[in-house]
Amino acid sequence: MKIAVCISQVPDTTTKVKVGGNGKSIDPAGVTYIINPYDEFAVEEALKLKEKNGGETVVISVGRDGVKETIRKAFAMGIDKGILVKTDNELDSYSVARNLADVLKEINPDIIFFGKQSVDYDDSQVSTLTAEFLGLRSVSVVVDLKIEGSTVTAEREIEGGKEIVTSSLPVVISAQKGLNNPRYPNLKGIMQAKSKPIEEKQPSFTDNKTEVISMRLPHGKSKGKIIGTDATAVPELVRLLREEAKVI
Amino acid sequence: MAKILAFIETRDNQIKASGFETVSEAVKLAKELQCEAEALVIGDNAVSSANELGKYGISKVIAVENQRLNKYSTTAFAKIAAEICRQKGFDIILLSATAMGKDLGPRVSAKLEAGLAADVIDLKVENGDVIATRPVYAGKAIIDIKITSSIKMFSLRPNVFKAEKVEESTPELEKVSIELNDTDFGVQVNEVTVSNEKIDVAEANIIVSGGRGLKGPENYHLVEELAKVLGAGVGASRAVVDAGWRPHSEQVGQTGKTVSPTLYIAVGISGAIQHLAGMSTSKCIVAINKDKDAPIFGIADYGIVGDVFEILPVLTEEFKKLLSN
Ligand SMILES: Cc1cc2nc3c(=O)[nH]c(=O)nc-3n(C[C@H](O)[C@H](O)[C@H](O)COP(=O)(O)OP(=O)(O)OC[C@H]3O[C@@H](n4cnc5c(N)ncnc54)[C@H](O)[C@@H]3O)c2cc1C
Ligand SMILES: Nc1ncnc2c1ncn2[C@@H]1O[C@H](COP(=O)(O)O)[C@@H](O)[C@H]1O
Repeated sequence: MKIAVCISQVPDTTTKVKVGGNGKSIDPAGVTYIINPYDEFAVEEALKLKEKNGGETVVISVGRDGVKETIRKAFAMGIDKGILVKTDNELDSYSVARNLADVLKEINPDIIFFGKQSVDYDDSQVSTLTAEFLGLRSVSVVVDLKIEGSTVTAEREIEGGKEIVTSSLPVVISAQKGLNNPRYPNLKGIMQAKSKPIEEKQPSFTDNKTEVISMRLPHGKSKGKIIGTDATAVPELVRLLREEAKVI
Repeated sequence: MAKILAFIETRDNQIKASGFETVSEAVKLAKELQCEAEALVIGDNAVSSANELGKYGISKVIAVENQRLNKYSTTAFAKIAAEICRQKGFDIILLSATAMGKDLGPRVSAKLEAGLAADVIDLKVENGDVIATRPVYAGKAIIDIKITSSIKMFSLRPNVFKAEKVEESTPELEKVSIELNDTDFGVQVNEVTVSNEKIDVAEANIIVSGGRGLKGPENYHLVEELAKVLGAGVGASRAVVDAGWRPHSEQVGQTGKTVSPTLYIAVGISGAIQHLAGMSTSKCIVAINKDKDAPIFGIADYGIVGDVFEILPVLTEEFKKLLSN
């Protein structure tokens, strides 16, 4: 089985965001980067599938040279091969997906995993965009996945409930938390990660469809009111919610 | 001249609340751009919802009906939406950033080679351009974004845009049939389980969210009772989700749901940066925590520094009194 996983590198979730000098993106100074948390579920699902069916796993990422670190994180978890579409340009979701589709076309995997969303731009676009560029079926925000032969049954999260979706291979899946518990790399994995190959490619598409005009921080709230220290403050809280904030 | 299409989401032929928000915003945007706006409904009985949309001022509703469209299918819906845009020359498409909209939007945008601004919280017109505002880094920053392709798509965060009724009017109705074959249904929803009593945090107007301060799952009823009185959704911090007290569907935060309700009540939640990221755009935030230095107080509008076990029951009673009057 050929299994592909698309992964992105994002600032650590504890990052205090500062706007950079260009006024359009964050200041990278002092930011540490991690694998996008949802992509860990995607990697884990790929590894589980390989353990069950055999085959090869490959991760693909579009980004700067520094993304190799994140690819090696996936290696350490157990992924076999990596491809980096190397670019210093800020590509939007549309462009990222076009590049991923072009790489994936050559590999022709049976299944392609994504995270449900990158926790930087929170776009939730790249998986279904890529599926459409490849003319493939897809299920997004998956919390449970079963593959029997070429039949795919997935549970997908929707507002207030779940959908049970059926499809068939090849398919694109985007992973939601709950799908599995990502493994921690062991020492052997970390050692092996150093020698696994990362193939570099040039971007095939850079014609963004969106342009960031400006970035700013949300209005800091003016310091809130502490109304009291015990239950006697409750009536005042309720009054303020009704009369001042007018939310009840 | 621009021509706007509002894609309206339905479930069991009922328009979702976010659908009314989308149609309202389309009508509003059309006024500003001095252009036309129409709505698209897809389903097995799409026609039934047309008149209801008229209340929001839309002049025309396009209905695409087919027995097989009673449930969502990513490929079939995308084909229909893209076909309609091509046939009728729509160049601004609005939809909601719901589970369905997030899945559908990118597919349609790929078909139409259109840029899509996702999960937008504000739209404005500047020099004829539609500028979208959207949170990034789970709300730690905000960007203004412009779409450079000729067709422009925007998915609107639910609960942010107003659904505004105007005077009653009956919209023109056009039934369009789009040919669909088996491959268009390569992904098929077979079963939907939705709990009707529970309000999902992503859609809730008021959220009561609990954290580790509740000490154990057996105390969560305190949160649920307050939520019930307020007609609110129940949320949770990751700590309590990871501990298995609550399902992940309730988690609020950077790796949970991003929410912006009118009122967010955080009880026994410390306010870690990843939690704040998911709820800091709430209109009014109330925090109850016994630690006066808890970071949640840094973004709360109102706070009580105290014990949840003492305060929550009193708060529930007080709201009960207020709301029964
Ligand atoms: C990659 C990553 C992603 C994450 N994503 C999320 C996310 O999406 N959402 C999220 O919530 N977290 C997320 N976290 C976790 C986050 O860092 C915190 O660990 C978590 O939010 C803490 O939950 P809590 O506030 O319930 O618990 P705690 O931090 O333990 O806080 C409990 C609070 O309850 C108060 N308390 C205790 N007893 C009482 C009492 N009797 N009365 C009143 N108050 C009391 C305490 O003073 C304390 O402030 C993420 C972390 C990482 C590393
Ligand atoms: N630059 C990238 N390279 C490879 N995969 C990506 C990239 N950006 C996003 N993805 C994948 O697409 C998913 C959704 O990202 P997004 O649409 O940006 O929220 C992520 O979880 C990744 O699996």
